[in-house]
This record gives sequence, structure tokens and C-alpha cells, in this order.
Amino acid sequence: MSWGSAAEFFAMGGYAPFVWGSFAVVALCMIVEPLVVRARRRRALDALKRASLAARQVGHEAAA
Amino acid sequence: MSQRIVNWFRFSSPQSFYPLAGGMVPWFAAAAAVLAAIGLYIAFFVAPTDFQQGEAYRIIFVHVPASWMSMFIYLVMAGWAGIGLVLNSRLSGMMASALAPTGALFAFLSLWTGALWGRPTWGTYWVWDARLTSELILFFLYLGFMALQAAIDDARRADKAGAVLALVGVVNIPIIYFSVKWWNTLHQGASVSLTRAPTMATIMFTGMIVMVFAFWAYSIAVSLVRVRAIILERERHAGWVHELAGVAP
Repeated sequence: MSWGSAAEFFAMGGYAPFVWGSFAVVALCMIVEPLVVRARRRRALDALKRASLAARQVGHEAAA
Repeated sequence: MSQRIVNWFRFSSPQSFYPLAGGMVPWFAAAAAVLAAIGLYIAFFVAPTDFQQGEAYRIIFVHVPASWMSMFIYLVMAGWAGIGLVLNSRLSGMMASALAPTGALFAFLSLWTGALWGRPTWGTYWVWDARLTSELILFFLYLGFMALQAAIDDARRADKAGAVLALVGVVNIPIIYFSVKWWNTLHQGASVSLTRAPTMATIMFTGMIVMVFAFWAYSIAVSLVRVRAIILERERHAGWVHELAGVAP
């Protein structure tokens, strides 16, 4: 371990903006992308439910 | 004997692949999380300070995995696209489409982390040298593939057009890989190669490889979730999709 204190760790030997700027953007992207794809799958499932509901309504109106 | 032969083509139908993919996602997601935790621990608490670059070198633990994945995902994407062209299988095109955004993301992250590493070590965020420029072209190839597919309404035709673009773009991958050998670049040569021992400290190499596997597992997990969404979108008129959504066809 090469860190004397937490402050020393966050300072990254004077390279803090570069090191943390890299890791923060990578972490952000790899957290946001899974959320986006999960939302896409949920949207597809919702669209399926809506479509079948609409189809059933049309069916009822035709029968009436 | 013949009973032991698995019919792999069974999984090439979206209907049988959908649940298979769903079952694999949690495992790859968990593997990605565990490997990332180990990799980050090595990156920040085990690996020593570099004697030349100080702490700035720690960017390597995300830069190299992102760069490798950006190239590797392209090869896999082009592979699926090629299989789709030859066998005309629906799932292949869906796989290619599912991989493109993740590949584009890693190409972007490779350029971003590279810029932030270049500034303290080379004195510049960007330079038009062969390695950087060819990686930028890779990023544009991903964006072009996605834009082309989005511009064509018929999914099967979009797959075919995208596949041709993806296959032509494969020529860029060896250019990226060998650019540091073929031209005089500001970017350093490869520290890791298949033919000789890595020219870096073992613990740094270990941390980097663990991060590579973390990114790999992440890519598989996120692409499988995306391919499931694409299957639902494209097969929305199929009876099995309606049953799966819990609604009558």
C-alpha cells in the first residue's frame, strides 16, 4: 500500500483530475448503460402489453 | 453417441435463445462486479507507484481494458454479421446490433481515458498519430453501423446493410493493433503480447488482466440484456412473445 492518508490517496500524487477523471467517467458509463438497456427491455414488454390490450378492445367492439 | 450431439442450431432461434440469455445474465453480471472489485483493489491498493509516471499510470487499469474490448467487440460483432449474411439467421443480426452500442461505448472510453493519460505524460490531450486516429475511426465505424441500421425500417435489410459495413470495417482492427509498429507514433508500443512476456511489473499486469476480464463479463451481460430487448421488439407479432409478456396473443 502506497498511501499514507486518505488525502494522499485522493490527491493521486498531483494527477487527481486525470486519474479520477478517467475512472469516474468509466464508472458512470458502466453504471448508466445497464440501466438504459434494462429500461429498453421493460419498454418493449410494456409495448407488448399495450398492443394486446388494444387488440382485445378492438375485438370486443367488433363483437358488440 | 448420436444422442449426445447437442443441436446448437436450436439456440439460433430467438425463441430458445431468449430464456437462455436471460439465465446467463446474472452470472456474467456477478462475475463483472466481483472481478471489478478485485481489479480496482489491486489497481489502487496493491500496485505500486510507477517510477516514471507517478500515479498517472493508474489510468492503464481502465484504458487498456476499454481499448481491448472496443477492438474485440468489433471482431465479434463483424463475426455475427458475417454469419448472418451467410446463414441468413435472424438471431445473428440481432447479436450484431446488440454489441454495437457497447463497443462504441468502449471506443469512446478508450479515447477519453487516453486523452486524460496523454495530457500528463505527453503534454497533449490529442495528437493525430496512427494509433489514436485509427481508434477514432473505430468509434465512427460503430456510430456509422448504428446510424445505418437505424435509418432502414426493415430489420432484416438493416441487418444486411449493417453486416456489409461491419465486415468492410474489420480492416481497421489490424491497423489499430499494428499501428504502433508500422508507424512512428507518440503512443507507446504494446506492453503485452502473445509471443513474449509482458514488459511490465507482474502485479500491474495482474490488475490489468483482472480488469480486462471484468470488462469482458460486463460486455457479455449488457449485450445479452440488449439482445433480449431487441428480440422482444422485432418478434412482437410472434405468439410466444405475447405468452412471455403474460398477455394473450
